[in-house]
Amino acid sequence: MFDLDKWQEILSTIKKNKMRTFLTGFSVAWGIFMLMILLGSGNGLSNGVASNFMNDAVNAMWIWTGETTIAHQGLKPGRPIQFHNDDYDVITNIPGVETASGRYYMGNTRYSYGRESGEYTTVTCHPELNDVDNMVLLEGRFINDVDILQTRKVVVLGKDIHTALFKEKEALGEYVKINKVPFKVVGVCIEPESTRNRNAYMPVSTAQKVFNGSNRLHNFAITINGQTLEESQAIEDRIRNTFARKHRFDVTDESAMGMYNKLENYIQTMRIFQAIKIFIWIIGIGTLIAGIVGVSNIMLIVVKERTKEIGIRKAIGASPSSVIGLILLESILITTVAGYIGLVLGTGLMELINYAMIQSAGEAAQRGETVFLNPTVDFGVALSATILLVVAGTLAGYIPAKRAASIKPIVALRDE
Amino acid sequence: MITLNNIHKSYVMGSSKLHVLKGIDLDIEQGEFVSIMGSSGSGKSTLLNILGMLDNYDEGTYHLDNKLIANMSEKKSAQLRNEMVGFVFQSFNLISFKNAMENVALPLYYKGVNRKKRNAIAMEYLDKLGLAPWAEHMPNEMSGGQKQRVAIARALISHPKIILADEPTGALDTSTSYEVMEILKEINNEGITVIIVTHEHDIAAMTQKVVRLKDGRIDEIIRNGDLRAFRHTYNKELETA
Ligand SMILES: Nc1ncnc2c1ncn2[C@@H]1O[C@H](COP(=O)(O)OP(=O)(O)OP(=O)(O)O)[C@@H](O)[C@H]1O
Ligand SMILES: [Mg+2]
Repeated sequence: MFDLDKWQEILSTIKKNKMRTFLTGFSVAWGIFMLMILLGSGNGLSNGVASNFMNDAVNAMWIWTGETTIAHQGLKPGRPIQFHNDDYDVITNIPGVETASGRYYMGNTRYSYGRESGEYTTVTCHPELNDVDNMVLLEGRFINDVDILQTRKVVVLGKDIHTALFKEKEALGEYVKINKVPFKVVGVCIEPESTRNRNAYMPVSTAQKVFNGSNRLHNFAITINGQTLEESQAIEDRIRNTFARKHRFDVTDESAMGMYNKLENYIQTMRIFQAIKIFIWIIGIGTLIAGIVGVSNIMLIVVKERTKEIGIRKAIGASPSSVIGLILLESILITTVAGYIGLVLGTGLMELINYAMIQSAGEAAQRGETVFLNPTVDFGVALSATILLVVAGTLAGYIPAKRAASIKPIVALRDE
Repeated sequence: MITLNNIHKSYVMGSSKLHVLKGIDLDIEQGEFVSIMGSSGSGKSTLLNILGMLDNYDEGTYHLDNKLIANMSEKKSAQLRNEMVGFVFQSFNLISFKNAMENVALPLYYKGVNRKKRNAIAMEYLDKLGLAPWAEHMPNEMSGGQKQRVAIARALISHPKIILADEPTGALDTSTSYEVMEILKEINNEGITVIIVTHEHDIAAMTQKVVRLKDGRIDEIIRNGDLRAFRHTYNKELETA
């Protein structure tokens, strides 16, 4: 039932008691505003980090060799460990390993085309590297199995190398000299996560043959099919055990062979973010409770302040329920409007920050070069929080309103 | 109109009990102008509050308009107050954040009269009491006499059968007091029962019947011929003073 007259009476009361209205409204608006900012920041942080991880395959793992530091089977520490091509065969056959790419380190490599030249990193690899790094081909193709088998002298250039050497010119099919050896350009690529694309990719077999690598390999980049932390750690252990046996080093010797497991890292980071999210929710709920306590406190004061007015109204003919209605509807109106204002300001600010970030970071943000992404709050969550506060504010207001309604007019009217 | 039969009222404060009214028998006819006098603490306000259904009594019977007033729900008594009684208080009791017109109109809000109509009626009453130019003023911008006239207008607006006034002139100077009494007299002339509590003899002398309370009982009721004597002795007292 909508009683226009009742609302007019309430509105006129609100209008003439601005300070009281402001205090009640402010505590609600502030609570919602802070909640939106907290939740928005939390979301922004975890969105940002999640998107950083997403650019590489989440189930990627890198393995590299070093020197032993623990004596093992009568062998002294300090012995270098070296992977060879047969290790590549071994790793591809370990259960749980999906794809693998071996790399032979080339050291400094000089690229030249016509009069242009520069030093760039050459990544020697198997075609499977693309499963790990998720590169985006702008033109041409990536290294393929035939390149490996036939030790073709082909190269895929990073975008920056292409720009530096070829400017605007077509590069596909052209020959660049790498350490004075001509290689045919078959592709141009970018790494989505990186701002610099100064890597070139070359078949590992070609590199070993042309640049005196014999059958040596320096590291492996692999993808695994573990879904959980436990599975992924089991695969990690299997790889470590296999190589420890083969190369005769202690399984616990982290320097003999290093491993970086992205899934493990991802899951752990996500766990931290889960914890941060829970923490933010706790603070948020605390803020809400503070808002509710604020509202009920103010309601108590309001009722005390209005004792005389209520006494007059009752003497004149106000029923207890009309007094409760007057006080409660006023508090509902104020909390709803204030909650809405807090909601609009809070989400508005987060949207503004989001907008400003996209504007200033531009491409970088889109490529995920940020720890803060899309710091906005789910609208449903925002709305429920506001409704919760209004409902709680109403309940909190009900008790003092009820008390006010039961005040005897003679008590209220007595002069102090 | 009003019939009180052996009314008792006590206030319980902690363990002690204060017996304020100790058996009041009183009849007041429609259209009477009555004043209640008595020393401070004799129970005048208590009696008036019971008459106005602002407070309940412990023993006896109270008939208003042939209806027994007892054990009513708050809602019912609020409604009855709204229909039957208009209150005027010593301290005016206007709502501070409402202007004169809104204060006067308030009883009609609880009668369910819409805003436009009740404000128009309020203006009529303010005009009757010579307060039309003050309609938009807030209570704190008005003098005591003006505030009391606003309060009277508010008491009248719902067409009550009785006006109950607890020391309506208590906070006013003599000439303003007389103005207020003139207004109450006019109201009484229109047939409304007026009951006032007062400490002042000159005020009481303007009414038709003086009820003297002493120690929670009715000490004497002065009326008609006696009232002339009351006025006479009072005037004498004035002269000798
Ligand atoms: N609500 C209450 N609780 C307890 N005692 C009360 C209450 N109201 C009045 N009294 C006591 O009852 C007695 C009568 O009070 P009442 O107000 O009726 O006196 P009064 O005749 O109006 O006095 P005055 O002339 O000072 O206004 C006083 O002693 C007062 O202290
Ligand atoms: Mg009194």
